[in-house]
Amino acid sequence: MLTEFTPLPALAGGMLIGLSAVLLMAFHGRIAGMTGILAGALRPIAGDWGWRAAFLVGAIIAPVLVLAVSGQAVSFTNIVPVPLLIVGGIVVGIGVSFGGGCTSGHGVCGIARLSSRSIVATATFMLAAFATVYVARHVLGAF
Amino acid sequence: MGRVVMAGLIGIVFGMGIAISGMINPAKVLNFFDIAGNWDPSLAFVMAGALAVTAIGYRFVLARPRPILDTRFHLPTRRTIDVPLIAGSALFGIGWGITGFCPGGAIPALGLGESSAWIFVAAMAVGMALARLARSVLDPRTPKTA
Repeated sequence: MLTEFTPLPALAGGMLIGLSAVLLMAFHGRIAGMTGILAGALRPIAGDWGWRAAFLVGAIIAPVLVLAVSGQAVSFTNIVPVPLLIVGGIVVGIGVSFGGGCTSGHGVCGIARLSSRSIVATATFMLAAFATVYVARHVLGAF
Repeated sequence: MGRVVMAGLIGIVFGMGIAISGMINPAKVLNFFDIAGNWDPSLAFVMAGALAVTAIGYRFVLARPRPILDTRFHLPTRRTIDVPLIAGSALFGIGWGITGFCPGGAIPALGLGESSAWIFVAAMAVGMALARLARSVLDPRTPKTA
């Protein structure tokens, strides 16, 4: 299915993501990586759980707030069948655990710090995603 | 308490950025990766905006002696480019390409009440638990994921 090219909301939203990364470092001294925050929240350590849970809850209620403030529904379309969502989800969970981060942690916070691990990780997962979508759509003809 | 409230507010900023940018929409993410098809370059602008703000902001923040609500900055210390980093990142990219969901996009999508997001996040949590199990079997001294 087609999606519309939306450079300005993309840029503005990206800057908000960056702002949250800067604020989390400024106030909590933490990398705003969803993988690390989620992994820590799923494996609670006393005194280290509250801020993680609060960040996650904030992130989850945010789309509702966007709707309330703008009056416009947030665009969301899933085109992937459930079995592939489950397989893909498990693969993502294993991958980000061993890779030590995802788009937010490596791709934004890590590259912003010029971390060589994050630059290599980001190049790797971006290339893998381009290749996977190419194979899925243009070789196998899936979704 | 202040730490928890502030983290919640920062989480809201993060989630609003994900929602407004379009990163929350798996169809849009998949079209970003589909250069040979219905290419939608929007997500390059998301990354550019996020990186510009973070790179500049970090310069000022990390020049300070410590964060406002903590005693030190918790920064990753590992420097090695190793097999887990590359193999894990490649797996993540494959899963991202199969589904259009990444962790930072999928968590805010839970708030939309979309069943696909809940299914993805549940599967991802299973994957994270499997990885932890595998790590503890392979090497009991492995440090936890940063």
